[in-house]
Amino acid sequence: MNSKRMDLNKVEVWDGNMANSQAFRQAEVDVVSAYPITPSTATVENYAMFKANGYVDGEVIMVESEHAAMSGCIGAGAAGGRVATATSSQGLALMIETLYQASGMRIPVVLCLVNRALSAPLNVNGDHSDLYLTRDCGWVSIDAFSPQQAYDMTLMAFKISEHPAVRLPVISNQDGFMTSHTAQNVQPLTDEVARKFVGDYVPVNALLNFDTPITHGVQTEQDWHFEHKAKQHAALMGSKEVIKEVFKEFKELTSREYNLVETYGMEDADIAIVCLGSTFETAIIAIDQFREETGIKVGVVAPRVFRPFPLEEMAEALKNVKGIICMDRSAPGGTVGTLYNEIAGALFNSPNRPLLRNIIYGLGGRDMTVKGLKEIFTELNEEVNGNKETKIQRFVGVRGPELSFYDIKGDK
Amino acid sequence: MENKKSISEMGWDELVPGAALHSFDGIVEHNLSNIQPEERMYSETSSKSMSVGDWRVIKPVWNSETCIDCQNCWVFCPDTSIIARNKEMKGVDYEHCKGCGLCVSVCPTNPKSLLMFNEYVTVEDALGQWPEKKKKGE
Repeated sequence: MNSKRMDLNKVEVWDGNMANSQAFRQAEVDVVSAYPITPSTATVENYAMFKANGYVDGEVIMVESEHAAMSGCIGAGAAGGRVATATSSQGLALMIETLYQASGMRIPVVLCLVNRALSAPLNVNGDHSDLYLTRDCGWVSIDAFSPQQAYDMTLMAFKISEHPAVRLPVISNQDGFMTSHTAQNVQPLTDEVARKFVGDYVPVNALLNFDTPITHGVQTEQDWHFEHKAKQHAALMGSKEVIKEVFKEFKELTSREYNLVETYGMEDADIAIVCLGSTFETAIIAIDQFREETGIKVGVVAPRVFRPFPLEEMAEALKNVKGIICMDRSAPGGTVGTLYNEIAGALFNSPNRPLLRNIIYGLGGRDMTVKGLKEIFTELNEEVNGNKETKIQRFVGVRGPELSFYDIKGDK
Repeated sequence: MENKKSISEMGWDELVPGAALHSFDGIVEHNLSNIQPEERMYSETSSKSMSVGDWRVIKPVWNSETCIDCQNCWVFCPDTSIIARNKEMKGVDYEHCKGCGLCVSVCPTNPKSLLMFNEYVTVEDALGQWPEKKKKGE
């Protein structure tokens, strides 16, 4: 245990950053190596304050860049310690090279990624362009929609990451400002219970074990590279079962239930949206109001776990709907949005072939309101009923003439 | 670690996660420097067991006649390719030497006891072409 414990109230008022910092403190991280950046600054700042006030026995290393921050985590992780850091946007972009190294070297790291738009134009507000940048980097990626969930996800991230069958780094995502800077009620675990839940760090092939000298970060060419990447992918795909196990254990401890795919209103929904982040919470309110006002059965589906992508669970959650809008909060860069791609892929081999549309929204922190979502539901319902036709991809909430792309004749 | 399968025969499921490579088979003594390299249990995946000098185009040749066993080359070699035992120079490890020439530049003797030659020149031919001692100011 840390030499000094912190007495917490049963209910604390924390924003998403404080939720991360407290989870780090309770997990008793050996090394936090960081280069703070908006809007994740406070995750590291609060943690450094805990350290300064004697609540953290581990090391806090302030480095010269985000590339160095993740490199520090990888080095300390390879040495045999529990490690974590936080970043956003440009910081994540600079970190990208080392993200692939962390996952390829199978070093458990927890990265709190507070989602923010990527420059240019420079923007500090929330969208999912940094989250999407991590798509292929081989990390487990889980998403919190509120400060409570940020606390829960970051705490669970250590357990998932360090599981002997996983040994892969984990990103704990949350929306910049909407989650990271919005103080809400959070029910934390006590230091003892949280520490016990996370468990002891079990080093594997640690560099500092001098009985068995080992090389990390090796070169493999065409002779072994393929096998190592295959093994890494198998571990990432296999992590799904570990994540489910950890979610189950967490529910037994806290009564808070998490699933690979989160749904609301899907028991009887005819139409649905698929989204990530705090939009899920807005959608819950919009769905209740919209059902009350129109009687139209709408639901929302969000991947709690973005990687490994829960393809089968997505197909299952969407098996009965006639129309789906995949809501991507990232500039798509010359194609359909990521969620559209993933959902189309999930449904293509399933019996259900609903109308599938892609909305690009909320770039650079543009609000998605309850009213805005209700308009989207109305339009989707119209199109499903054959009263309206839209192209596959549309920008919503942007000023100027309609911006839409891709039109396949004869689709539903 | 007996009857260990060769890494070249392993499938993806059998490799060490993260491509970490053990330097030795089994557990080693804490103070490895007390064991001579030829007695250490280098693993198959240790660089010691591999030829990594194959892109060298020029090689250092050692002349035992002029060498004073000062150990400068042994200290400076970045690839531990100078073989020395009991502070006596024994030769160059051509399986690991990359041909950087650092050993030649730090050699203090006159003439130098290590000189670079083209890779295809045999050690015998190289020793036959060894320069004379330079005169003062030459």
